[in-house]
Amino acid sequence: MSQKTDTAPDASRTGIASQFRFDLNGLGMVFIIIALCIVFSWLNPNFYSGTNLRNVARQTAILGIVACGQTIVILSGGFDLSAGMVIGLISVTSSLIMIDHGLVIGCLSAIGIGLAIGAFNGIMIAKAGLPAFIATLAMYSAARGLALIISGGLPITDMPFEFGWIGAGQILTLPVPALISLMVFLLCSFLMVKTRFGRHVYAIGGNQDSALFSGINVDRVKILVWSLHGGLVGLAALVLTSRAVSAHATLGEGMELESIAATVIGGTALGRGRGSILNTFLGVVVMAILTNGLNLINVSSYYQMVAIGIIIATAVYVDQFKRVKS
Amino acid sequence: MSEHPLIELIDIHKAFGPVQALSGASLSIMPGEVVGLVGDNAAGKSTFMKVLTGVHQPDSGEIKVNGERVTFRDPGESRRTGIEMIYQNLALAPNLDVVANVFLGRELLRNPLSLPFLSVLDEKLMEHKTIELLQRLKINVKSVRLLVEKMSGGQQQAVAIARSVAFEAKLVIMDEPTAALAVKEVGKVLDIINNLRADGVSVIIISHRLQDIFNVADRIIVLQTGKTIATRKTKETTMDEIVKFIVGGVQPELSTIASGR
Ligand SMILES: Nc1ncnc2c1ncn2[C@@H]1O[C@H](COP(=O)(O)OP(=O)(O)OP(=O)(O)O)[C@@H](O)[C@H]1O
Ligand SMILES: [Mg+2]
Repeated sequence: MSQKTDTAPDASRTGIASQFRFDLNGLGMVFIIIALCIVFSWLNPNFYSGTNLRNVARQTAILGIVACGQTIVILSGGFDLSAGMVIGLISVTSSLIMIDHGLVIGCLSAIGIGLAIGAFNGIMIAKAGLPAFIATLAMYSAARGLALIISGGLPITDMPFEFGWIGAGQILTLPVPALISLMVFLLCSFLMVKTRFGRHVYAIGGNQDSALFSGINVDRVKILVWSLHGGLVGLAALVLTSRAVSAHATLGEGMELESIAATVIGGTALGRGRGSILNTFLGVVVMAILTNGLNLINVSSYYQMVAIGIIIATAVYVDQFKRVKS
Repeated sequence: MSEHPLIELIDIHKAFGPVQALSGASLSIMPGEVVGLVGDNAAGKSTFMKVLTGVHQPDSGEIKVNGERVTFRDPGESRRTGIEMIYQNLALAPNLDVVANVFLGRELLRNPLSLPFLSVLDEKLMEHKTIELLQRLKINVKSVRLLVEKMSGGQQQAVAIARSVAFEAKLVIMDEPTAALAVKEVGKVLDIINNLRADGVSVIIISHRLQDIFNVADRIIVLQTGKTIATRKTKETTMDEIVKFIVGGVQPELSTIASGR
């Protein structure tokens, strides 16, 4: 029975599934990040100051939180166009709730509304069978309209003073938003790499039929994915509102595209179940450094948008090229 | 051992919109029996078996396991009853490695902190069991951590087979398990089927290669346009007879073609 075969299948030493390994792609990203840092420090010495880096971290934290959720959604085979507008909606509603019912209930309501909207998106996609593009486009429009109706298009500013701590506070000189974002990254990475839930998300993204035939409750996993993402969008709305010191219907505008961009630049492919939270972390860092660096050398944000567009297309092209080669 | 069949499918009907895929398909299988399911393209073989695994719900008809009527609302339920299927397109997740595919939907967990809701995947144990399983089946892969999409068609087939026999199934259904294989590998699959029979596991094998069916099957069931039209013990029939049933031996012009070989 236990006779030794010299061609016995071998296991990698680490025991970590190969798709989660820190692969060449991740290594390449690290090099890009180092190169960007060197170039920008050389162009403007202010880049490499503690104040500036803390600033970058604070600004990027919100993108990081949204990008985590977006990445999990993309790994499951979908993508979310509504995130930005939902941030605006949650910003105004939870701020009004906070003014009436206090800080804690206001904060909880932001995450609760996010969960509910996410679950709704998930049900539209998993149960009603709408394509993610259509479902979240509908949500984009509806959320935007609702946010404007509820706020009358005006900013809301009477939140409790302590609320400002979430966006502006620091612990041991580290900005609170960055710490929140870091925790979200760690938690999501743990979920995706270490748990059965994460494994099932990858399986659904890779081949939905195979997941279904394996007895995985695909609908339930998808609704969970979208709910989780929704909760994170709620959290992002909270941090962004606190940072802006006022709620507004258009607060998260563009966040849907930025989060998709960060995910794709990080190397997570749309619709194939390939990539990871770690990839997205690197993608977010690249986006942050690039934006900040270009700001410091006075490149207008219009040119920055063009640059991001070019980078997205290049990132996907390189990814495809590598796939064809292997 | 037991008197009544392990599985019975009785008069199954199933339509996809205007397409009547199954119209009176029946089959029974005893424990440890190997049944060959044959029929022309689009005869409904895959659909018939997907009804048994809960992928499709029948419009009418009965499914019995050990004599008791059951309904499978999804593949998870049939798998928990001990029914495994290798689907025609294999149904592996290309973006996951061999270990993850073998254990997909049945991941082994451990709870290092013994806290509720904090179970994590037991990668070590799953890897160990996968290696053991592949060795037992004499299947060679370079590494069990290789992504399935990086493997050849034959190797993927082997992974799909390993996955279906990993969990002490009572019935393994193989939909065209030899279609993508080289001759040498076909022999291996037939060996695996014989081993399953020896262990008392039932096997339903769908194949267009009649020589494979005649090699391993105890009994052959012919499906024609969604209906079971013949059941024969392998020993008591010939390839010619089966071919006639498959192409529709009742129709004179077709039977002439078939016997004219
Ligand atoms: N999900 C589906 N939706 C609609 N029609 C389907 C579906 N699955 C199968 N069919 C149709 O049902 C009929 C039977 O198909 P099935 O795949 O069961 O045949 P088969 O005997 O397995 O054929 P093959 O030997 O080519 O694999 C075909 O006409 C097919 O087009
Ligand atoms: Mg078929």
